[in-house]
Amino acid sequence: MAKRAGMEVSIAAAEAVKQANVDVIAAYPITPQTHIVEKLSEFVADGQLDAEYVTVESEHSAMSVCIGSQASGARTFTSTSSQGLALMSELVPIASALRLPMVMLLVNRSLSGPLSIWNDHSDVMSIRDSGCIQMFVKNGQEVYDHVFIAYRIAEKQNVLLPVIINMDGFILSHTFEPVELMSSDELKGYVPPYEPKYTLHPDHPLTMGAYATPALYTEAKKAHDEVLKASYPSILEGWESWGQLSGRHYRPVEELFCQDADTIIVSMGSLSETAAEAVKLMRQQGQKVGLLELRLWRPFPFEEFSRAAAGAQRLVVMDRAVSSGGPGGPVASEIRSALYGIKNPPQVDSYIIGLGGRNVTIQDYVKMIEGEKTDLIPEANAASGSSYEIFGARG
Amino acid sequence: MKSLEPGDKNKQQIVTKCKERINAMSDANVYAVKTMTSKEYFAPGHRACSGCGQAVAVRMVQKTLGRNVVMASATGCMEVVSSPFPQSSWQVPWIHVAFENAAAVASGIEAGLKALRRKGKIDGRKITVVAMAGDGGTADIGLQALSGALERGHDFLYVCYDNEAYMNTGVQRSSATPFGAATTTSPAGSVNSGQLTWKKNMMRITAAHDIPYAATASPSHPLDLVNKVKKGMEIEGPAYLHVLSPCPPGWGISAENSIQLARLAVETGIFPLYEIEEGKHRMTMSTDKLVPVEQYLKKQGRFRRLSPEMMEMIQERVRKEWQELKEKSDLSHGHRPITAENFLLRSPEGESEAEKIFRVKAGAPA
Repeated sequence: MAKRAGMEVSIAAAEAVKQANVDVIAAYPITPQTHIVEKLSEFVADGQLDAEYVTVESEHSAMSVCIGSQASGARTFTSTSSQGLALMSELVPIASALRLPMVMLLVNRSLSGPLSIWNDHSDVMSIRDSGCIQMFVKNGQEVYDHVFIAYRIAEKQNVLLPVIINMDGFILSHTFEPVELMSSDELKGYVPPYEPKYTLHPDHPLTMGAYATPALYTEAKKAHDEVLKASYPSILEGWESWGQLSGRHYRPVEELFCQDADTIIVSMGSLSETAAEAVKLMRQQGQKVGLLELRLWRPFPFEEFSRAAAGAQRLVVMDRAVSSGGPGGPVASEIRSALYGIKNPPQVDSYIIGLGGRNVTIQDYVKMIEGEKTDLIPEANAASGSSYEIFGARG
Repeated sequence: MKSLEPGDKNKQQIVTKCKERINAMSDANVYAVKTMTSKEYFAPGHRACSGCGQAVAVRMVQKTLGRNVVMASATGCMEVVSSPFPQSSWQVPWIHVAFENAAAVASGIEAGLKALRRKGKIDGRKITVVAMAGDGGTADIGLQALSGALERGHDFLYVCYDNEAYMNTGVQRSSATPFGAATTTSPAGSVNSGQLTWKKNMMRITAAHDIPYAATASPSHPLDLVNKVKKGMEIEGPAYLHVLSPCPPGWGISAENSIQLARLAVETGIFPLYEIEEGKHRMTMSTDKLVPVEQYLKKQGRFRRLSPEMMEMIQERVRKEWQELKEKSDLSHGHRPITAENFLLRSPEGESEAEKIFRVKAGAPA
């Protein structure tokens, strides 16, 4: 039976990895990911988890070990943050191109410089195009649930792609929350034993990682792109059957008061919970405001998103990364693209908020929804399709 | 094999000479290659240059490793010549991921297989895990991953095929390029003549990790190489094998001379064959007299602009390092110490044993 317990979200994450019965863990310590891998080391040391924990000398080697172990047929897990992801970023697209269904908990933290150990989404945006399935979660329960969901989706024979679960550093990783833990019996059918089709074993020799000439590289990329897009129904299936199992239902795009909203906040990760409070407050004041939480980042849920957002006059998009010198935050840019060409598309306002752990309050959301300018760069906040504002930055 | 025509007298003479030579050298390990398996795990048809010393070495290493093996390869010459999709020369499981991480990928394979074995998901037989990389992928960009894998003590064999520069990208210098060698990024100019640093000593670096086994090997000494691969496979824990791999285009030598050059590298003491087992040094091709380095260097285009002073510096360095190695080896195994007088072997013709063999094989008068 499921049991409800109060625990640090990182511990809940480690508990899930243990229950998923992984064979190999390779990770290098980096704040704020550390509590997850410390707990996993404990599980291995106590014999609670029968796995090889490879204490690598860098994140580059962490991802390399994961590739090697997953290719040998072992269920593999890793976790990192920020600079760690940057260091392994050479290998992330290789892991996905080799179709290795590992799971990574990315504890989001700002990219240096200046160095900041605190939370934003600049790390994950740097591997946006790596060909992995990427999703965002907003609380401890979702972190716990998504470890299982990720393995179920990743290991499907028609998917076989790495899944990256984004959880906000500190805001989630170091927070104590009530989490409902599933029993191993309940989980049994949901994450069946990993039975890979292609592995590195002398009984069936094969070559992995052959190189492609110009005659084949394009086709390889197209095949990869297609499999990522085609994973969408499998992702939905993963969430749906989890809903049946646990009673907790997830969608690629979560909606709150969107149906009749004039203005919709678009948010990802833990800030969605604060945004929901702001939306509820403004609804009480009679404003037609809604929240659209983007859970699935890759493959991008174009259809669901457009359907949810189409009725609004204005989208207020929260980005937690700067695309320097570009048309707006990376999420806002995508959304402008996604809505381009539809009839009477909503205006998209790009706000860059919560960088490097800067707190974002309910009042900040109210200000952004009301379109308040910070006075610092008023022209950048104009209602045009190519503007953005780094909200709350002091001159 | 087609037999010779009776009239083909000259060819017959060559064959007779060769046979004589073979008989005379029957105790030398160079012919032990005939005792190896006829099975090919590194299939022919790959795209290595003719005379590639590494291809010869890889073939011998794979023959020794057999089929019960998983290979992790770094990016480099051997990866490029053997794996153009959809073709592959690999008859054993083989993976290539990136340039600098062969040791880490091998670590992952070893950990994965270990966990799967323990959990009963695969059968219990031991599978040898082998990482392979060039000198750049080992001594430069891959050094950290290698150090990590050795320190963690994975049960695997790491083979560095050392052709002494970044040959795959067009002969740029690496930290394993020898002093005085001209490369495209250490060119022989009017002020500097080639590489100005001494070759990084990977044997000392790997041995400093206190691994159970480290050894050097050369394709010119197949039996020695085979024995070392076998040891590396059998010993529990990490083993390191550093294989000299002459590169005709990179070294400025003709294709048919690469094995001769490998042999000369050993005979001059420039590339001594030895092993370090449980901290104990042992020279596996020991001699009291060394061929002067000049005979090795002057045959290679990359050393064409070497000044007599630099040549002398190299000779002095080789003498010093050989002596140190010999002393370490003596401490372990009680060999006779070497002195300055008995150091160099100078045959009357100024010709080494290797050169003589090759001259005979090429059909010239003995």
